[in-house]
Amino acid sequence: MESARASTERTVPLTAARSRATFLKRLGRSKYLLILFLPCLVYYVLFKYLPMFGLVISFKDYNLFRGVWASNWVGLKYYRMFFESPDFLKLFRNTFLLGVYNVVFGFPMPVVLALCLNEVRQALFKRFVQTVSYVPHFISNVVVVGMVVMLLSPTTGVVAHFFKLLGWQPVNFLVQPEWFRPIYVIADIWQHAGWGSIIYLAALTAIDPQLYEAAEIDGASRWKQLWNVTIPGIMPAMVIMLLLNIGHIIDIGFEKVFLLMNPATYETADIFSTFVYRMGLTLGNYSYGTAVDLFTGVVSLIFICTANYVSRKVSDTSLW
Amino acid sequence: MVRTRLRRKWTLPRLLIALFLLAVTAATVYPFLYMISVSLSGDVYVIKNEISLLPKGVNFRAYEVVLQDARIWTSYRNTILYVGIGAPLSLLVTAAGAYSLSKKEMAFNKTFTLMIVFTMFFNGGMIPTFLVVKSLGLVDSFWSMIVPSAISTWNLIIMRTFFLGLPKELEESGKLDGLTEIGIFARIVLPLSTASLATIGLFYAVGIWNNFYSALLYLRNDQLYPLQVVLRNIVMASQMVLNGGSNVGDNQVLDEPLKYATIIVSTVPMLLVYPFLQKYFVKGALIGSVKG
Repeated sequence: MESARASTERTVPLTAARSRATFLKRLGRSKYLLILFLPCLVYYVLFKYLPMFGLVISFKDYNLFRGVWASNWVGLKYYRMFFESPDFLKLFRNTFLLGVYNVVFGFPMPVVLALCLNEVRQALFKRFVQTVSYVPHFISNVVVVGMVVMLLSPTTGVVAHFFKLLGWQPVNFLVQPEWFRPIYVIADIWQHAGWGSIIYLAALTAIDPQLYEAAEIDGASRWKQLWNVTIPGIMPAMVIMLLLNIGHIIDIGFEKVFLLMNPATYETADIFSTFVYRMGLTLGNYSYGTAVDLFTGVVSLIFICTANYVSRKVSDTSLW
Repeated sequence: MVRTRLRRKWTLPRLLIALFLLAVTAATVYPFLYMISVSLSGDVYVIKNEISLLPKGVNFRAYEVVLQDARIWTSYRNTILYVGIGAPLSLLVTAAGAYSLSKKEMAFNKTFTLMIVFTMFFNGGMIPTFLVVKSLGLVDSFWSMIVPSAISTWNLIIMRTFFLGLPKELEESGKLDGLTEIGIFARIVLPLSTASLATIGLFYAVGIWNNFYSALLYLRNDQLYPLQVVLRNIVMASQMVLNGGSNVGDNQVLDEPLKYATIIVSTVPMLLVYPFLQKYFVKGALIGSVKG
């Protein structure tokens, strides 16, 4: 009945008054749905869209007491300040490299894990490995970083313990800038690779077994089957995950970097978001921090749009 | 046919795969075992860094000290309150919003959906969000741990995808009984969605339990600190105020076992409930993957 009414409405030419009447009718008819949606709407307006308008303070000399509107306009002052400061290149390089390493090394692990799990025929063993490997995903960043810091301690850490057994000198990894990225990426893989494999395992079970039988009849080896049946089967899932990962290159998680870094490793560890935190919240330079916020947001948006565009052209899979 | 043939064969590649998976499992489990061992070990062995897997000189002094620390108890209580109040609230708002979004006939449906999805790709950033939270008077309040992160867009979309899959007939019967959409949602849809609600509720609970970001940004009052902040102060900033005055059996307790004990004490609840809840978590990850 709903659809019948809708289609007659579409065929009748709509005058302005009539269209307003239908609109009001539609509004009235969905009033209960709108009431259910209201808390959600309020949340998004307050905590997502209001801050977007708050970005305007990056063009002003924001003063906590004068508020957003009364503060003076300064144009691009803070952007110029940011782009001309030596921090800019360092932050860009750090953020970009950390994000890229995280994708390059972090993206293949769940795929490999899923492919391996898929070969296991002992259901119990498979279940056990899955259950165990998902656990770290639910451990907080504070605990993960705390563990990393403790395990790498040059005096009492387990890594130093094994170095001692091997007769090597202990290394204080945590204060050496060149070790920050490897440590971060390894910790991230440890935390999320198992959980990330779920989506590929689901994609693997969706592959038609007849494809394997056909390949078998054609005399394809296991290796050939992997390349020609399995990988194409999970390709759409891989592309989507890769796109999402690329989207997060620039806005890589704040918490873990913040917790893992220390002044000795700022040279490689300091990224946009940690800089924003120090500038804005620790030093109270809200406008400067916001300028970096907006810059990060725009670059991040450009990244995901480009990745999505390329992917749509090349593989027909895209986020939108 | 292919499968039966494979089951009998125990070839080199399959052996390597099994070894690789065992290595992954070991790498996941080992840090936990090691932490438990050190937290239970005697000081002498810890100082000499002699523990590799099993505890040496087993004692529970570290746990006695940790469990005597008022900060641990206060923050534990805070975290439980944040989770206990925040997760159901988030779940309710998310479910109601997702249900409305799953109804095409709702006015502005397309606009709202677009508006919500857009926030996944662009947001106001840390400082503007902080200023909004501050101007709403939420800074340094109990609600700052709950309200600013109340809705996860990802969870909202998962929930919406789930509601889209519900058969229309269920709701028709409600309409015939003269229920409004709110009535249908509360009396028919929610009771039929308990498994999905549990899944999303658990995601929220874990998120709040692990949330360090909101506390770092919005909380200054240490009486409101959640477990994660206290944990960080003890483990990373070495705020072992307790160690100075902690003479359990006239013995100072070393830092390391204490820190490990603190980590264990704060992680155990998660590790204990996880095996029972795993299937819900996996289910959530899969609904999300159907259509993003």
